[in-house]
Amino acid sequence: MRTTFIESLSQAASENPDIWLLCGDLGYSVLEPFAAKFPDRYLNVGVAEQNMAGIAAGIALSGKTVFIYSIGNFPTLRCLEQLRNDVCYHGADVKVVAVGAGYAYGSQGYTHHALEDAGIMSMLPGIEVFVPCDPMEVRAATRLIATSGKPSYLRLSRQGEPNLGAAVTDLRKPRVLRDGREVVILASGPIASRALEAAGELSGRGRDVGVVSVSCLKPLDEAAIRDAVRGASLVVTLEEHILRGGLFSLMAGAFAGDAVRPPMTGMGIPEQGGKTSHAGSREALLDAAGLSPSAIVARIEHALAKR
Amino acid sequence: MVHAAKASHIGGCLSMADILAVLYTRILRIDPADPQASSRDRFVLSKGHATAIMYATLAECGFFSLAELDTYCRDGSNFTGHVSHAVPGVEVSTGSLGHGLPIAIGMALAARHDGAGSRVFCLLSDGECDEGSNWEGILFAPHHKLSNLCVIVDFNKIQSFGSVAEVLNLDPFAEKWKAFGWQVEEIDGHDLAALERVLSAVPAASGRPTVVIAHTVKGKGVSFMENKLEWHYRSPSDELLAQALAEVGA
Repeated sequence: MRTTFIESLSQAASENPDIWLLCGDLGYSVLEPFAAKFPDRYLNVGVAEQNMAGIAAGIALSGKTVFIYSIGNFPTLRCLEQLRNDVCYHGADVKVVAVGAGYAYGSQGYTHHALEDAGIMSMLPGIEVFVPCDPMEVRAATRLIATSGKPSYLRLSRQGEPNLGAAVTDLRKPRVLRDGREVVILASGPIASRALEAAGELSGRGRDVGVVSVSCLKPLDEAAIRDAVRGASLVVTLEEHILRGGLFSLMAGAFAGDAVRPPMTGMGIPEQGGKTSHAGSREALLDAAGLSPSAIVARIEHALAKR
Repeated sequence: MVHAAKASHIGGCLSMADILAVLYTRILRIDPADPQASSRDRFVLSKGHATAIMYATLAECGFFSLAELDTYCRDGSNFTGHVSHAVPGVEVSTGSLGHGLPIAIGMALAARHDGAGSRVFCLLSDGECDEGSNWEGILFAPHHKLSNLCVIVDFNKIQSFGSVAEVLNLDPFAEKWKAFGWQVEEIDGHDLAALERVLSAVPAASGRPTVVIAHTVKGKGVSFMENKLEWHYRSPSDELLAQALAEVGA
């Protein structure tokens, strides 16, 4: 995802001389191609995220489009007030790009786990929030935010993630990764691959399970999502994020006023359970959080059995 | 304004009045008829609480009518109690301290990149120098040789809860800036000629960003307000307003 991002950004920057990239002294072996190609529009501001966010706002208010890049919590939570006041209040054209979504930095420990970021970013006024599930969505998201003119948040995992579906036609709309109408899993981020595994397993057990990637958390295309889940006996949300404030909360809020709405269950990282002090790979931590493919299968079978 | 709105922060407005007067009459290349001109100088008020004097200055410069000042802090007015970019001539909204300098640095970087010749002036309070984000910026600007950037510190020696020396001592203040690589000018912040001299020298010949440590008096010009912490908060009564206006010759 990181490589796809920087390739897409470099392409956009070659077309638009007003695109800048700032980093907080992170991005080794990722950002160099951009820095080499656009040295006067690339800046490592040092390990100082508040300064980075404020500088980005100042450059953007001078007519530029500014990307800021760092790991998970650093360009988001560390400088949250700068994003709220300096960027969003002024409508400054700043794009926050975080790598290490969820447990992507697994064994690096809790400080490097980005578990609340998407929800918190979603609360800021006027920002657009994208959580792509695969490199194709990263490419589409980078292109989209480079020209949107709006504050944006792009949540990336790390690298090596596979493409999970057909070409992206409209990133703002849900993207069907697997057809299925009885159960629809709405997933955001690369954890969608686990949804696909679970759907395959359930298919062998006679269940018709669809998987839909919801990469645009804000603005949420509620009508398109309703269409995607219409007629389903069960909707499952799946996210590499704590349940509060993320995909599940957004979906629950979207459907809450509907007279007829499908039964819904949310799968994400539990707030206390996410506060792990153990080392572990991303895969192991997701399993421990109850998000293994087999746990997804079990949750769906349990929910269907209760009906 | 402050009296009519029963607002606060008059002490910190008076300490910086002379600074704004020199900036807006002698230094800044701005045009009220074309406030968004790309080649304009920028002024970032980081001590956003001291906004009554900012709005008054902009009105005097012709960005809007003096009558609009009467809406200060009133329901539905753009003239909020911390400086607002909804008001013509205001570059950025601040209020939470420690935000203005990084934004000003970004503007200075963009101006240098574009070769527009713009200079960026940023006014900090002394108390806000407690904020770590300022020191991130103070480290950054000399490293990048941002000579088109000038910080002015309204060093009135009193912050929200007491004297700067008691709350969190800044001294030796000038030495700190020097150690970080700034062109340091230390002056009487009520000496108009000195203000014009140091502010006119931006961009500094040294190639460094400039900091003007302006020694000022909180509540300057009004005897009962001078160096009094309470005028960070109080709004003057009718009688005190009359006395204050008489003392400043308004």
